[in-house]
Amino acid sequence: MPRRTDISSILVIGSGPIVIGQACEFDYSGTQACRVLREEGYRVVLVNSNPATIMTDPDFADATYVEPITPEFVEKVIAKERPDAVLATLGGQTALNTAVALHDNGVLEKYGVELIGASVEAIQRGEDRERFKEIVLGMDYIAGGAPEVAKSQICHTMDEVIAAAEELGYPVVVRPSFTMGGVGSGFAHDERELRSIAGAGLAASPVTEVLIEESILGWKEYELEVMRDKADNVVIVCSIENFDPMGVHTGDSITVAPAMTLTDREFQRMRDIGIAVIREVGVETGGCNIQFAVNPDDGRMIVIEMNPRVSRSSALASKATGFPIAKIAAKVAVGYTLDEIPNDITGETPASFEPTLDYVIVKIPRFAFEKFPAAESTLTTHMKSVGEVMGIGRNFAEALGKALRSLEDPKAPFDFVSDPGDVDELLTEIARPHDGRLAKVMLALRAGATVEQVFEATKIDPWFLDQLMLILEVAREVQSAKDLTPALLRRAKRYGLSDQQVASLRSLSTDVVRGVRHALGIRPVYKAVDTCAAEFEALTPYLYSTFDEETEVPPRTKEAVLILGSGPNRIGQGIEFDYSCVHATMALREAGYETVMVNCNPETVSTDYDTADRLYFEPLTAEDVLEVYHAELAAGPVAGVICQLGGQTPLKLAQTLKDAGVPIVGTSPEAIDLAEERGAFGRVLERAGLTAPKHGMAHSFEEAKSIAAEIGYPVLVRPSYVLGGRGMKIVYNDESMARYIQEATEVSEDKPVLVDRFLGDAVEIDVDALYDGEELYIGGIMEHIEEAGIHSGDSACALPPITLGDAAIRQIREATLAIAEGVGVRGLINIQFALLSDRLYVLEANPRASRTVPFVSKATDTSLAKAAALLMMGRSIAQLRSEGWLDAEGDGSTMDPRGPVAVKEAVMPFNRFRTSSGAFVDTLLGPEMRSTGEVMGLSDNFGTAYAKSQAAGGGPLPTGGTLFVSIADRDKRHAIWPLRRFVDLGFKLLATRGTASVLRRNGVEVEEVTKLSERTADEQRPSITELITSGEIDLIFNTPDGGSAGESTREDGYFIRTAAVLADVPLITTVPGLAAAAQGIEAKQRGEIDVRSLQDWR
Amino acid sequence: MSAEAILVLEDGRVFRGQSFGAEGETFGELVFNTGMSGYQETLTDPSYRGQVVLMTAPHIGNTGWNDDDAESGQIWVAGFIVRDPAPRPSNWRSTRSLDAALAEQGIVGISDIDTRALTRHIRDRGAMRVGISTTTLDEAQLLERVLSQPVMTGADLASEVSTKAGYVVEAVGEKRFTVVALDLGIKSMTPNQLAARGIEVHVLPSHASYEDIAGVEPDGVFFSNGPGDPAAADGPVAVLRDVLDAEIPFFGICFGNQLFGRALGLGTYKLKFGHRGINQPVLDRTTGRVEVTAHNHGFAVDAPLEGSVGTPYGEVTVSHVGLNDQVVEGLELRRDGDLVGFSVQYHPEAAAGPHDANYLFDRFVDVMRKDA
Repeated sequence: MPRRTDISSILVIGSGPIVIGQACEFDYSGTQACRVLREEGYRVVLVNSNPATIMTDPDFADATYVEPITPEFVEKVIAKERPDAVLATLGGQTALNTAVALHDNGVLEKYGVELIGASVEAIQRGEDRERFKEIVLGMDYIAGGAPEVAKSQICHTMDEVIAAAEELGYPVVVRPSFTMGGVGSGFAHDERELRSIAGAGLAASPVTEVLIEESILGWKEYELEVMRDKADNVVIVCSIENFDPMGVHTGDSITVAPAMTLTDREFQRMRDIGIAVIREVGVETGGCNIQFAVNPDDGRMIVIEMNPRVSRSSALASKATGFPIAKIAAKVAVGYTLDEIPNDITGETPASFEPTLDYVIVKIPRFAFEKFPAAESTLTTHMKSVGEVMGIGRNFAEALGKALRSLEDPKAPFDFVSDPGDVDELLTEIARPHDGRLAKVMLALRAGATVEQVFEATKIDPWFLDQLMLILEVAREVQSAKDLTPALLRRAKRYGLSDQQVASLRSLSTDVVRGVRHALGIRPVYKAVDTCAAEFEALTPYLYSTFDEETEVPPRTKEAVLILGSGPNRIGQGIEFDYSCVHATMALREAGYETVMVNCNPETVSTDYDTADRLYFEPLTAEDVLEVYHAELAAGPVAGVICQLGGQTPLKLAQTLKDAGVPIVGTSPEAIDLAEERGAFGRVLERAGLTAPKHGMAHSFEEAKSIAAEIGYPVLVRPSYVLGGRGMKIVYNDESMARYIQEATEVSEDKPVLVDRFLGDAVEIDVDALYDGEELYIGGIMEHIEEAGIHSGDSACALPPITLGDAAIRQIREATLAIAEGVGVRGLINIQFALLSDRLYVLEANPRASRTVPFVSKATDTSLAKAAALLMMGRSIAQLRSEGWLDAEGDGSTMDPRGPVAVKEAVMPFNRFRTSSGAFVDTLLGPEMRSTGEVMGLSDNFGTAYAKSQAAGGGPLPTGGTLFVSIADRDKRHAIWPLRRFVDLGFKLLATRGTASVLRRNGVEVEEVTKLSERTADEQRPSITELITSGEIDLIFNTPDGGSAGESTREDGYFIRTAAVLADVPLITTVPGLAAAAQGIEAKQRGEIDVRSLQDWR
Repeated sequence: MSAEAILVLEDGRVFRGQSFGAEGETFGELVFNTGMSGYQETLTDPSYRGQVVLMTAPHIGNTGWNDDDAESGQIWVAGFIVRDPAPRPSNWRSTRSLDAALAEQGIVGISDIDTRALTRHIRDRGAMRVGISTTTLDEAQLLERVLSQPVMTGADLASEVSTKAGYVVEAVGEKRFTVVALDLGIKSMTPNQLAARGIEVHVLPSHASYEDIAGVEPDGVFFSNGPGDPAAADGPVAVLRDVLDAEIPFFGICFGNQLFGRALGLGTYKLKFGHRGINQPVLDRTTGRVEVTAHNHGFAVDAPLEGSVGTPYGEVTVSHVGLNDQVVEGLELRRDGDLVGFSVQYHPEAAAGPHDANYLFDRFVDVMRKDA
């Protein structure tokens, strides 16, 4: 059956900002979908508020709306574009929920739009747990009988919850309906825990519904990725087995593909059930994901749940098998059958088959608990990880070793050398699933625990544990052998040990091990991921390393450029860097190079085999990258290696690679170092006549104290060489300085702490620019909305800068040129400035692609990363201007008055993290970055753009109601005018005593409410937190008391802020934020906010 | 670490690895199987008689060996090649390790070699003879012995794996039909599937005559899978012609499909490296549906993909086609428009493999019902 001709335009809904549980895997799937649908000749309309996505590049759709993914805004897009169909199964839960809402409110019917992929009925059958269970239990025609489900009860009130748990017996699982990434779910071992978890779950569920379920904790957990076409052909794309048994969210589990510990009988029953499920639920076309639990004692199999859409696991399965699920899902959604779709990798076989693997995939999540020290780190059914890596190897041990070193966490790869500690303590510790448990499992084995003991403690399948034992045996052989023979070294590599691990086991340096290994000719070979275990020839060079005999790297004649990716997503380094890497491959391909991508993040567009000419799915460590370089050099000429676009990950490798003879293109490693090293950079500034905030470098508390005394408190302190403001803090006095130095464990002689003057009320400015050695091209100048002190990644910003005058912009331009020249940039540079009383301070300069490159590129319709890649390969800005890569005249500092105002807003993950007592962690912004994603609002005026950015970020501004105010003394003066404006806009003000009295004195009408700390026992009126949680408050303005004074205010502030997170009430924590909100609300009150595509802005 | 082992191909390529299973020396035709599960079923499938099987999935033996999943009473492969055998099995049904099961039955294997390189070698150059040895580590000596082995083409192996005496598998529930199943290397799942549909299955040895079959007064006749070259199986082909003459409904699987083709006057030929795996897409041309199927065949029927061929027994058409390479995967015989016999080249009984093609057993029941 050919593609459908009764529809001609399709609206694709994206997934919005990166949040925990929904990350850049949906850019990967959405990008594939858009590409496929356009190739098929459809008009593609896209809605996605996330500017850091490839899919929102204007080339990927006919009309790209960077607008909030809410029913309200998507309806506007539908009304304007009148698409024939909506495809919502590739944009995660956000897209699916939006589509269901548009069905429920009649919009789809009103505009005659058909939902393709999965119908609303199918979505509801798949997502409504009770209906889903009935469907599963009804499948009695399956050979071997109807599948089982966990016993459970659906509840809508706390009373029902308690009764259900008593009937099922503790522990029970709480699962709220219609939330993504398991928000609000968890295990309750007793009634107290149940009340806390289920209360949040009921609140998190849009339909106030939770499921209380029997515990299957410790069972084996599996997933199947299933694909169906409209002719009812169904294939299983991939099976995935969780290393961590039931109880840990699959997003937080180490997972392995294919399933390792199922016999064919068991696997085929799972397959039969999976196929029956996709049919019965009625996902007519496309992919879905089905989860199973298996009792290790008797094989009892339970169907847990299904996602009637492409999921995070689909992205993993696509990368794991070479079967591009999203691409195929888009094709079957428009009418193709699987047998009509060719398998890209073989070229000659159809997609109506099941991939077979001759390698092993290990996925490991990456967490960010260091950013949320108060958060409880136990892993539960509620997803907490922020990213993941995938290792590919010819056996489990090798894949695991590669995945562990891909994490870029020095503690992740197995430590075979240090004292393992006490076995009983370790066995107790590993019983609790947590980040880093795997390392402790290895320590327990080293300390003498048996596989049986570890199994008892963790329920990790003995096959996996035995594999760990095998790795340990190899390590011990390496350690104890008299000589490190070639056979033994080869064996160590075969079981995934890195040169560094071998070095530490033999008390050698890594360089010596590498040197010996190379001298012996023990190098990895590269095998292809080909979907078919070599049964057919692979056309796409999607490669991974292994220590085997035969390599499959194809020779080439074109010059290659290697682009090093950004590794696992983490807070501070995410999709934005992948975006730049992808753009580089696009530009360099176009310029005639053979592009070679090296990366280990399965969620990304960069690791799509379609993105670069060659893909090496490899860890980003010196060892692995040097081997790739060596292999590519053997295949043909290599023009250079790009380290500048993937964030800190490749940047860290630049010097080592260069020292090993690798041609690093663009800004030299020495220049990178120059910008990072304070003293040298200070001299660059000095020569250019620029000022940095007063600063110093301390190696001890005494030093830090005297520097602070000289500069004057408050000061900004941070470790050197960090990304995302890791460990950065504003310190107000000696006492907190002492605490900081003590807690910053990594402070030492060669790891000093930087102490900077903190520019309190300064305006922060971010600049992205290109430099070719002669000419500077400003990409964009962004003005932060929040004042200095909040990490730029967490701060909202506007482009063009909304309050800067021409003189300031000129000053910024000159300073940027001087720094780019002084540092020796070839490519991109990002500089952060602070403007205080018309004086420009240079906060820092990073000679690499920054987090804001995609935002700037989208806001100005200029691809900075593409230009940067070409500059690195030797083109000049003048050439790029004439070739159309850059504007022929002017740049991002010359503003087009007809252009849009773009507002970037950060999206925070606070609702994901709780303290050990079950409360949310504090939501205060600070110099340490904690946001996971970003959104963009576009309009012809700041107010509307800001309002859009808030709606897109999940905290839409109210147009009226009650504003609760509680502010620190230092902010009171500045807050009066904006607050008065809120009264004018019709808001009722509620304030705590101190704030209220200041406001009254200034003639602002306000009602007083007591703080928690002021309440007496006989207080009758509800407290402010009660008002917030009961929905009486529409907007909260709370600024923290930054100093040491007013501890109780701090406490109150904490309760107010966490209540805001719980009740999902928009919270503003800075005065400039308040002023921006006032403008946004004004814009909303003015009337209809319209939508406009990027293409239309051109 | 276990003893050293070497593998030598007839074209002289050598791989060195570790001994796995029994020690000793073995020879056969090298074939690769791409299934990621089901090694126990594969090893006990009589169709692998005379073949050294390479598993492309690296980890083999993870679920050990159990008492339920064998497809016959013994391991039939001539040798076994894996990359990473499991040191310790893990599955609640496992009774011993794969290594132990192989050693018990004297099956020589090799592990820790680049199985993908070897697979690609066969893919590019075609199936060939191979020797594995733990006793002779000398390449030249082993090669000489490999070259002295018989080739698969022309080999008559069915009689070597067939049951020596007939036996009956009782129908499950009410008996509806009687079927004679000619054992050319039958897998136990096949009579089980038939029996589950109310069929009393009389399994007869491969040398059974038409009279032996007719004596059972069957409602239908089934020819099983099995090893060897179909061109060498003249006896069973002659018997099948008698069955068709007698207008007894027929169903054949794998080798049975090839013999059906021969009985209908079609030719067979050897594929370059065969189909062995459980992920093969096959189009059922009668329904337009694609099924994912288990395959194990080195030979195939040569028949025109389009149109039908007239035979003394009716019109034969190609009912199933392999979508990877357009190989004939099923035949259908119609007399006056009615389906009277059919066969498939792949394995609807699965074990190992998906159950997508299970409906073919129902189709056989339908043919017998219409005939009754």
